[in-house]
Amino acid sequence: MKVSFFVTCIADNVLTNIGIKSIELLEELGCDVVFNPKQTCCGQPLANTGYHKKAKKSMRVLIDALLEDGCDYVVAPSGSCVLQVKEFPHFFRDEAGWADKATVLVDKTFEITDFIVNVLKVTDVGASLTGRAAYHPSCHMSRLLGVKEPPILLLQHVSGLQLVPFKGQDKCCGFGGTFAVKMADLSGAMVTEKVQNIAAAGVDYVIGADGACLMNIEGCIKREGYNIRVYHVVEVLMMR
Amino acid sequence: MSIKTSDLSFKQRMRENLSDSFKRQSIAAAQDLINQKRQECYDKLGDFEKWRDLAADIRSHVLDNLDYYLEQFVSNAERVGATVHFARDAAEANAIAREIFRKKKATKAVKSKSMVTEEIGLNEALEEIGVQILETDLGEYLLQVDNKDKPSHIVIPALHKDRKRIRGVLAAELGYDGDDVPENMTKFVRGILRQAFLSADIAVTGCNFAIAETGTIALMTNEGNGRFVTSIPKTHIVFMGMERIVPSFRELDIMFSMLARSGVGARTSVYMSLITGPKAPADVDGPEELHIIIVDNGRSAVLASEFRDVLRCIRCGACMLECPAYRHVSGHGYGVLYPGPLGAALVPLIAGYKEYKDITKICSLCGACNDVCPVKIPLYETIYQHRRIIVEREKLTNRLEDAAFSVYGNIIGHSRLYRAATRLAFLGNWAPRVSLLKEWCKSREMPVIQKERFRDWFARRRRGEA
Repeated sequence: MKVSFFVTCIADNVLTNIGIKSIELLEELGCDVVFNPKQTCCGQPLANTGYHKKAKKSMRVLIDALLEDGCDYVVAPSGSCVLQVKEFPHFFRDEAGWADKATVLVDKTFEITDFIVNVLKVTDVGASLTGRAAYHPSCHMSRLLGVKEPPILLLQHVSGLQLVPFKGQDKCCGFGGTFAVKMADLSGAMVTEKVQNIAAAGVDYVIGADGACLMNIEGCIKREGYNIRVYHVVEVLMMR
Repeated sequence: MSIKTSDLSFKQRMRENLSDSFKRQSIAAAQDLINQKRQECYDKLGDFEKWRDLAADIRSHVLDNLDYYLEQFVSNAERVGATVHFARDAAEANAIAREIFRKKKATKAVKSKSMVTEEIGLNEALEEIGVQILETDLGEYLLQVDNKDKPSHIVIPALHKDRKRIRGVLAAELGYDGDDVPENMTKFVRGILRQAFLSADIAVTGCNFAIAETGTIALMTNEGNGRFVTSIPKTHIVFMGMERIVPSFRELDIMFSMLARSGVGARTSVYMSLITGPKAPADVDGPEELHIIIVDNGRSAVLASEFRDVLRCIRCGACMLECPAYRHVSGHGYGVLYPGPLGAALVPLIAGYKEYKDITKICSLCGACNDVCPVKIPLYETIYQHRRIIVEREKLTNRLEDAAFSVYGNIIGHSRLYRAATRLAFLGNWAPRVSLLKEWCKSREMPVIQKERFRDWFARRRRGEA
């Protein structure tokens, strides 16, 4: 099965271990993984701020890059970026050629845990990690993309890992793209509450499936001085 | 009041409300409590998704056929003896009301909670001609006596006050000397309000739903003030947003079930008053004259726009109670009568993008509001589209931001440029913490930008080096 990997800009440049572990995991599960270096960013920071026209340039670049290798699937380690890809046809509804290409891309694109559980039909990857973990279900991934169960199913099969519920678990962490810097005080209040609730649950780890939220939560955990490790699901799934 | 409730700048409002830890705690506690009650209510009812599909269908059907139902409602209301007026905007609505007060030589009015009268600034318009208008909903009354404090929620206007603060207001403004037990404070206020009900010339109410088939006005209240207001004064003026209609009692039943549950987490409101025309000769009480003022105030334009769905709103306030941004800035942070996700979706439509563009920023696009709206308004999508319109159609941005986003758009819009830029991005780790970085660092540490990007690792691995 040939898979084109969409790394997302955050995992390309900042949380690179998410990209690395995704490749290792997909290969271990038998995928032939391609990375097209022409890919850039899904344009979400621009689009969410209102700059749709400016965002479309990067969408075109991404559509071409991800379709170029003729893979069966496109997989990304971020529900939010996948959601943005799923919206591409709306942006190109007045440009027939691009709308068609975008639709082809949409049909092939999966968030990585969704792909593992629902396409590869795997729920136990043989991972193990000992300790208590809080799972943060990112808003775009769980609410808007509708991928709720797959990351939990995968984590439930990690040997030694205990998933602990916490207050306000399904609430937004306050990242929201440019919201985090344009409305920094409000965003800060939101993430601080999130992190305090996580800490109150007495966990060793926070696990999520979206790099952006994890970057936000980890930044706040460090600021508040809590001794809690932050992992993307794929990082946990590659622990043995 | 009017749609605008604060003269502070956007930044000042954010700062002031975020630094009010008392208010934040009150709002957070209220959110948690009412959301839990709402959830329990709907769990007991079952099939929330089916219920809200039905409620959304009813509201959409009415909006798609609003001309028909308005005509039906008006002819039936007139048939049972009501006088119906149409007001294009706030000024017209207030002028009609003033004229009724003048004709009746009325100087005292009692009012049951109504958002549309706040929207048009009725109290001020009547006070200008010497009318004393008293709020009789407990929450609204507390705000009115507290130097006209502003509501922080549409259903629970004094959500930002706790019992200690309320006791303080009653003591300072009305000479109350009892304790802060809610029952005792309510009893004290009841003594004042009862006198007002008896001496008022005119009753003013809003309208939760108007039933087209019978010309009936349905009012839902929890304190009985709505019943008092509509029983005693000789004249009753109803203010009704033009989209408040349901076709018949069958649909009222469904909307009523949703409004009580979504609004306050109760299976029903304590009272529902159904008013069909003025007092009939055989009736023992009720007003002799019933005026219904149907208010447009921007709604027709919304009806004709791509955002018609926003008019489905039944003013339950569930979106606010669910919103994580509202939680921290409260209704006051928005500085408008309709706060929260509904406000961010509705206010720019009825009052203009220019003045109200900033409230669309009080949103992390988390989508939680969409999941609780009992009439399935696409709030997330509406706010998202407002941001596009503000930037691309109304061009209400600053040049610096435009330029920054152009640069960013060009970098990610060109593969080579992106690769060149990200190769050097790690140098940003030593950048001074100013501007956006400073904003990020207010509550968080900076993440580390990696010198070896994922793509570098991948290429190295393909070469067999990793």
